Amino acid sequence: MSAQDRFDSLAQQKLVTVGSAQSRSALHSIREIFQQREMLSLLVRRDLKSRYKDSALGFVWTLVRPLTQLLIYYVVIGQFLSAARAGGIPDFAIYVFTGLTAYGLLSETIGGGTSSIVGNAGLIKKIYLPREVFPLASVGSALFNFFIQLGILLVATLIAGAFPIHADVFYAIPALMVLLVFGMALGLFFAAVNVYLRDIQYLVEVMLLLLLWASPIVYSWSMVKNAVGDGLLLDIYTNNPITLAVLGFQKAFWTAGSGVAEYPVDLLPRLGIAFVVGLVLLAIAQRVFSKLQGNFAQAL
Amino acid sequence: MTQLQDTARPESGRAPDVVRINDVSKRFVLRKDNSLKERLVTLGRNGRRHREDFWALRGVTTSIQAGHTVALIGHNGSGKSTLLKVIGGIIDPSGGSVERRGRIAALLELGAGFHPDLTGRENVYLNASIMGLSRAVTEERFDSILDFSGIGDFIDTQVKFYSSGMYVRLAFAVAVHTDPDLLLVDEVLAVGDEAFQRKCLDKIRSFQEEGRTIVLVTHSLSQVEELCDRAILLNAGEIAYDGDPREAVAKFRDILEDRRVSQIAPGSSEKAREAIVHGATAVAAGRDAEAPLELGDDLEITMDVEHFGSTDDWMVAIQIDNTLGQVVYGTTTKRLGLELGTLSGRRQVRFVLKDNRFGTGKYFVNVSLMERSGRHFADLPQACDFDAAGNILAVGSTYAEPVFTDLSQER
Ligand SMILES: Nc1ncnc2c1ncn2[C@@H]1O[C@H](COP(=O)(O)OP(=O)(O)OP(=O)(O)O)[C@@H](O)[C@H]1O
Ligand SMILES: [Mg+2]
Repeated sequence: MSAQDRFDSLAQQKLVTVGSAQSRSALHSIREIFQQREMLSLLVRRDLKSRYKDSALGFVWTLVRPLTQLLIYYVVIGQFLSAARAGGIPDFAIYVFTGLTAYGLLSETIGGGTSSIVGNAGLIKKIYLPREVFPLASVGSALFNFFIQLGILLVATLIAGAFPIHADVFYAIPALMVLLVFGMALGLFFAAVNVYLRDIQYLVEVMLLLLLWASPIVYSWSMVKNAVGDGLLLDIYTNNPITLAVLGFQKAFWTAGSGVAEYPVDLLPRLGIAFVVGLVLLAIAQRVFSKLQGNFAQAL
Repeated sequence: MTQLQDTARPESGRAPDVVRINDVSKRFVLRKDNSLKERLVTLGRNGRRHREDFWALRGVTTSIQAGHTVALIGHNGSGKSTLLKVIGGIIDPSGGSVERRGRIAALLELGAGFHPDLTGRENVYLNASIMGLSRAVTEERFDSILDFSGIGDFIDTQVKFYSSGMYVRLAFAVAVHTDPDLLLVDEVLAVGDEAFQRKCLDKIRSFQEEGRTIVLVTHSLSQVEELCDRAILLNAGEIAYDGDPREAVAKFRDILEDRRVSQIAPGSSEKAREAIVHGATAVAAGRDAEAPLELGDDLEITMDVEHFGSTDDWMVAIQIDNTLGQVVYGTTTKRLGLELGTLSGRRQVRFVLKDNRFGTGKYFVNVSLMERSGRHFADLPQACDFDAAGNILAVGSTYAEPVFTDLSQER
C-alpha cells in the first residue's frame, strides 16, 4: 500500500474519541467484547495453561483436587463420622460433591474475577482493550474446571449405580444460570473495586468461606429447617441464590435423594426470580466497572 | 474531510489528521494511604491531607497528520509517557479529549504486555490478537515476526527467561507486523543492541515511506534529529515547543541546563551561578567573520568567560557537533596539559585549531567552563557555529584528499 492509498483510506475513516471519557453503555461494551472473542478464548486458555505451567503432571492436577475431595468426603465424613446415617443423607459423597461442584464454579468466578484486573496489570498498563475481558476470562476458565468436575461427578454416579436419568436433571440448567449471573456480577464488581482497595481480595476470600457454610453442601436443607423452623429465617436461608443453585444441582444429580430428601417448595420459580435479580445486579456491576475502569492503568 | 492534492509528497501537510488532542490534562491523585483501615481512619476532612494532586499534563493541544514521524522529548517526569498512554487510550485524560483513527500499535515502556509464564510463541499469538489480528493472519506472518525478532529457538521458551533486549525484540517485531497506521514507541529501542537498533530504524524508515505515522519518545537527541520531521518538547506537562526537531532539541538543552544550574545550588538561580560563558566566536584565521572555513585554514575559537568568585582549579572545553548532533571534535585545556592560574572576573581565551580537515557542512561549537575534575561551572551549548566550505570531492564530517588508482591497469 502506498503512502497515498493509506492517507486516502484514513481520510475515509471517522475520528473516534479515545478512552472511556463518555461513559460506555452496556451494549457498547458487549459489542466490543464480541469483536474480541478470539482474544477472549486465548485469554481463557492462557489462564488455564499458566496455572499448571511448570508442573510435570500439568492438567492432571485439575482432576486430582476434586477427586481427593470426593475421597475425603466419602471416607472420612461419610464412613468414619457416619454423617450419612446420622443426617439421613444417602450416597453422602455424591451429595457433597454435587454441592461442591456448584459452589466451586461460583467461588472460582468470583475469586478469579476479583484478582483478574490486578493480576493482568502487565497487559492493562500496556495495551488498550476492553477490560471486561479479564473477569470474563476467569468465568471461562472456571467453567472449564466446572465441566471437568461435573464429568467426575457423572462417573461417580455411574459407579454408585445412580446415574441421573430423570426429568429433574433439567434443574441443573437454571441453577447453572443463576450461578453464572451472580458470579459474573460479583466478579466484575470486586475486580474493579479491588484495583483501588486491595483489601477486597481478602474480604472476598472470607466471604466465600462463609458462603460455603451458608448453603446446604455438607449438611442438608432439612437439617436447617428442623433447626430454625418454618418461618422467615428459613426463607432468608433458602432464598440465598447459592442455596437455591446448590439445591437445584442436588435435585438434578443426586438421584439417591429423589423422593427421600426434602426440598423447598417452588424451587423452580425461586431460581427464576434469583436469575432476574442476578441480571439486575450484573447490569449495575457493569456500570460500576465501566465507571472505574478509566483509571485502572494508573492505579495499578 | 481534507482533500489531498499534492500526491508526490506525503509530507505535504494536507494529509488527514491521525490524532487530535484537544486541551488534554491529566491529574494524578497521589494517596499515601492504601489500605481499608487507613482510609477509614483518614476518612472525611482529615483525608485531604493524605492526598495530593499532581498535574502530569496541562492543556495539551495539538494534532498529528498522517505520514509524520513525531518525537516527544522532555526531561524525566515531563509527561511524555503519560501523553503517549492517553493517545493510546490506556489511561483517560482528566480533561479534554483525544480523537484518533486507524489501526494503532503501541510499545510502551519495556514490552507490549507479555505473560511471563507463556512461551514467546504463545505470547505472539495473544499479543497479535489483542492488537486485532486474527489467528489465521498471525499464523501467516509468524515466520516473518520470528525472523525480524531474531530470537530464534528462544521462541518456545517462557518469556520470563528472556533478557530485556530479547523481550523488546519480540514485542517490536509483533507491533510492526500488525500493519498499524499509527505506531507509538516509548523508549523501548534503547535496550536493543546496536544491530537490532539499526534494524528498527530501518523499519521505521520503511514505515515512513509507507505513510505510516510514528510517535516516538526518546532520550536520544541525535535520533530525534535524524529520524523525525517534527518534535514536541514537553516541560512539566505543557508543550514548550512544537515544530522543527533541531530547534526543539536546542530548546530542550536550554531547559536541561537551567535545571542543572538550579539544582547545583537550590534557591534563586541567579545567585547559584558561579560562572558564566558569555559567548564565543569561530572564525577562520585571516578571513572575514562570515566567510566559510576553507580546508587547511586555522580555526580560531574565541570565548568570553567569567567567574563570579575566584578559582585556581579550572579548565576550558570545546566540543564541535555536526548537524546531526554527533560529536566530531573535542578538546580541553587539560588535555593540552595546561595550568591556567587563577580565574576571577571576566576573561577572553582562545583555541586555535590548526590546519583543519572539516568536511563540508555546518558545525556547532559547545563551550564549557569546568573544574579539572570534570564538574561543570558553566556551559554554553551551540555557543556559535561555522560553515566548512563545500568540497565536491567527498562528503562527511572529515576530509582527506581522495586519489583513485585501478591497480589491475597499472601492471
Ligand atoms: N500512575 C501514576 N500515578 C501517579 N503519578 C504518576 C503516574 N504515572 C505517572 N505519574 C507522574 O506523572 C509524571 C509524568 O510521568 P511520565 O511517566 O509521563 O514521565 P516521562 O516524561 O515519561 O518521564 P521519563 O523520561 O522518565 O520516562 C511523573 O511525575 C510521574 O510521577
Ligand atoms: Mg516515560
